[in-house]
Formats: sequence, C-alpha cells, structure tokens
Amino acid sequence: METILVLTHTDESGSALTKASLEAVTAGLDLAAQIKAALTISIVGAGAKAAASVLASTGARLLAVTGEAFAQARYATDAAACEALCRAANATIVLAPGTSRFTRVAAGVAHRLGGFIDTHITALGGAETIEASRWFYRQRVEAVLSRDARPWFLLLDAGTHTAFAGEPATAAVEEIAVQLPALRTTVSGFRAPAQDAQTIRPDAKLLFVAGAGWTKKQPDGQTHAAEAGELILGFLHATSASLGSSKSLVDQGGEGEPVLPFLTHMNQIGQTGATPRHPKGLSTCCHGEEPHVVGWRFIGDRRAISLDPNCGWSRGKADVVYVADAFPVMAKVNALLEAKKA
Amino acid sequence: MANVLHIVVCAGIVPDPLQTLEPVTGPAGPGLKNEMVLPAVLDPWAASALYEAANLVAKNPGSKLWLVSLGPKAKLQQVMMTIAQKVAFELVPVDGPIGGFPDAHATAAALAETIEAIPGLDRTKCLLFGGWESATRGAGVTLQLVGERLGITDQFQGVDQIDLRDDGSFEVLERVEGGKHQVSACAGTPAVLGWATGNLAEPRNNPQVGMANMRTIMPALAKAKKASLEANGLRYVSVSLPKQQRTTRVEKNMTPDAIAAELVEWIGAE
Repeated sequence: METILVLTHTDESGSALTKASLEAVTAGLDLAAQIKAALTISIVGAGAKAAASVLASTGARLLAVTGEAFAQARYATDAAACEALCRAANATIVLAPGTSRFTRVAAGVAHRLGGFIDTHITALGGAETIEASRWFYRQRVEAVLSRDARPWFLLLDAGTHTAFAGEPATAAVEEIAVQLPALRTTVSGFRAPAQDAQTIRPDAKLLFVAGAGWTKKQPDGQTHAAEAGELILGFLHATSASLGSSKSLVDQGGEGEPVLPFLTHMNQIGQTGATPRHPKGLSTCCHGEEPHVVGWRFIGDRRAISLDPNCGWSRGKADVVYVADAFPVMAKVNALLEAKKA
Repeated sequence: MANVLHIVVCAGIVPDPLQTLEPVTGPAGPGLKNEMVLPAVLDPWAASALYEAANLVAKNPGSKLWLVSLGPKAKLQQVMMTIAQKVAFELVPVDGPIGGFPDAHATAAALAETIEAIPGLDRTKCLLFGGWESATRGAGVTLQLVGERLGITDQFQGVDQIDLRDDGSFEVLERVEGGKHQVSACAGTPAVLGWATGNLAEPRNNPQVGMANMRTIMPALAKAKKASLEANGLRYVSVSLPKQQRTTRVEKNMTPDAIAAELVEWIGAE
C-alpha cells in the first residue's frame, strides 16, 4: 500500500500556505482517495504550525518543520527540512508544488532518500498504478509516465489543481526536528521592480505579448520605440495584464537596437522563456513561430495582431488573427478602455 | 584580488528549436523521429551558463573552464564546431544517448562520475554550472542531482547574475515567482548554479578561439567514455504530440476601430 506525503511551504508572511501548496494538498487528497492510500501533509516555514489550521479538515496526519532558519528559501535548510519530513512520514509517494522553493531542493532530497523524481507534472491518473503526465521538449511533446521505484517524488505545476480551501480550525501538528548543516548561504531578500513597474503578473487573466515588430521601422521610415512603450504600458495599466515578450525583442538590448526599457529576459515567453498560465492571451507584433508559441501551451483563448496574414498565429496557433498595424489598434484600444473606466 | 575558479559547465545538446519534432517509440523506448539527423544546438540555458562561466574565467586569471556534455559523439562534434568558436574551454565529452526521454537520475550519475574523474579539477574551487532546465527533458533536476552526488549543498537555480567578491564570496540573483529575484550571499566555492538567461549576449564567433579549442576537442571526442543510462524503473505509458489545432479566424479587412472595439469586448468578457 502506498503512503502519500504532500510537502508544502508557507508564503512570505510565514504563517500561511502558498496557493501552489494548497493546490498540491488537493492533488494529495484526490490521489489518496483514488488509490486508497494513507495521507500525510507537511509544512516548511517559520510559522508552519500556525499555517496548519487550514489543513485541519483534511483529516491527514500533519507534520511541520518550523523556526527562523526556515523563514527563507535556501538549499541547505530546505533540503534538510524536506529530508526530515520525508523520513518521518516514510512515504512512498511524495507530492510537492513546483514552486521555486521546492524545485530548488526536491531532486536533491529524492537522491538523499534513494528515490526518484519527475517534475512539471500536469495531471495524475492511472487505475492500478500511478501515472503522471508531463511535457517534453518545452511543451511540444506530451508523455504519460510511471515508475516502479520508490520513493517517487512528483512536483506539480502550478495551476493544474484547484487550491484546497478548508475552514481554519485547531490542528494537531507533529513538529519534526531537523539537524542543520553548517550554513554558508544567507538570503538577504528579494529584488523586484517598483510595484507600479512590475509587469509580470502570474495571476492576471490576460497575457499581453510584445514582439520585435514594436521597435522596427514604421511606414514613415522611423522607429517609434518610445511611443510603443507608452502604448504597451498604457494597456497594462488599464487591464492589469501580465507582460510577455518574444526572445528577439528582449535580445535587442544587447544588439544596440531600440529597446523597451521595462522588458527583461524574465518577460520572455517560449523555448528559452516562461510558459505561463492565463485564461487569455493577446500577441502583438510577433510572428508566432514555434520557438515562441511553445510558451503559449497553457494560454486559453488566443488572439494576435500581426501585419503578416501568413504568420504562425494564422496557422492554427491562435483563435483570431487581426491583420493590422498594432500601433493604431492599441492606441484605439487604450482610448476605449480609458473611456470605459471614466 | 582575483579568485581562482574551476568552473564545470554541464550542457546537453538539443534539436534546433525550429525543427518539427515527431515522437516515435522504438525497442529502447521513446525518442524523436530522425533524431540523429535533426540539426542540433547547445541547450540554450546551458549556453547562457557557458558564456557566464567564460566571462568569470576571463576576469579571474588562473581559472579554468570545462564543458561536460553527454550525447552521441557525432552530434557532439557537430555542435562543437559552432560552440568552440564562442569561448575557450576544455571539452569533457561523454558518449551517450541523445534526447529528453532517458532518466535524469542516470544522466546525473554519468555526469557526476565524469566530473569526479577530471584531471586537475580542484573541487574546493568548483562552481558547477548548467542550465536550470534543459530544452529536452526540461525537468530541472539533473544539475541538482550532480551537485548532491558531488556533495555540494549550496545550490541556486534560475540564476541571472553572480557577483564575485574579492574574498571569494559571491552574491547570486535567482528567479522566483512573480518576476522577482531572490538575493543570496554564499561564502564561496563549491556551489551549484543553474542558470536562466543571465545578462550576457551570445559571443561572436572567433575563428582563433575555435582553432585553439578544436585542437583539444577532437582528441577528447576520440577518447570519450561510453555511458549507458539505466531506466531506474521509469516507464512511458504514452508519448504523443498535442492534438490541439485551433480553427483560426483571420480578419484581413477590419479597421483599427473595429478591431479595438472587438478586443475591448473580448478583454472584458468573463
């Protein structure tokens, strides 16, 4: 009989679970019911015991590693914490959210326990054995896989399960002691653009992608990067959309071409960028070629504005393609959004 | 004062992103159709790691750079013809299977064993670099596993920047959720850094660097050890292309006003 452990961690407040962790809890509950396995849920974080109250209604055994050393994400401390929790739970299946915190350490923990790991899991299924779905070649090939070896660690992609929402109640939590190694790394915090300059918004309903066409020569023979920047930022301000970019546009900075100063490689979508999840996506001035579009795998409703009627988007990659110049279209869109707000 | 670094970059080879990929299943498990004849490139994020490593080596005299790459010798040779012209390195090839379907744990074991055997590598001065994910398997676990096997417990993933200080310590920026970087300071080597994009542009081809590299690359390829990768209980139930093909409505004659009105309605629709 399998024993399932769900590894979770607290958010920056230290006393609440991250959304991705709550999604992993749902996955754990579903899988435990499906294969009739015992379920343990564990929490890593400075205030892990306080965060456990939302898990009281799961009926699962609850474990926690708590204390200041676990307030921040760091390989040495997180790996030691997860290792201790896995040993305490004696789990054969370990589910964890694919957050930056756990993707940094989960493979190392699996190795320490003599186990194996698969990541970016988008679905769990199977009747007699557990089967996990994931993508290969940057979302271009989909596979369903299984493993006989245990313990088997499965890191779940964010957004693939609904977040568990339990009524907070008093929970019985077993605190697990951790033997920490000598620490050589200190985490000093986060570096982020100012709040109003942050253009990456994972929870946004809309992804807006800017392609290299925004900084190319326009019909008057001139580039209009400043105007492009104003239009894009105006749209983001009006819609709270998340901003993505094609690789070619962010690469231009290093090649001496006009740039949009608010774009970085972190905005990049596609083969060498992110694969975000948003219900809708609007592409502008981008060819829609495969290396970029693989980053759109998890975008629901897709529209594109492109001057090229034969661009990649029109070949079955978008739902609607508007063959038009994005400059006047986005200016009108912004004006309409502003009027609507007023 | 410069620090002497021994940087090992683990980098695989991947199909050129513009190629059409078609999965096939053979006796050895899943793979790609005509995989051996698809044009290949160095894995993009690992290439960022290589360029950042070369930059660090150039700034710290006495430092050394090894590129450890696992793949079929013929494909490695093809990719090295290009990469060798970018930056100076010593190639440590491992003759093994291509593609994203072999088990990451087996790949990591082969890489760790190879790194342990590199002559002259001082592991106390080692920075183990690679991409934070590959463009094939994309699991983001191989480098971590190699690090664990080598006993390195300061690991960073999604790295965009490293700033080395005179005392040998360094600051690292790692990508985290929401478009932010986590800022950490590490006391010094050894450490594992899985790179995202970094900040450096791809170096221009330099034929002189290429000539110098190829003098050692060809003998290294000739001597490459063979690695057979164990499945470790990994079993593929199915491997397929996504079936989703959208029916695209292409609007060629709408005015900017009409497009804008339709888009605003679409954005606002639940």
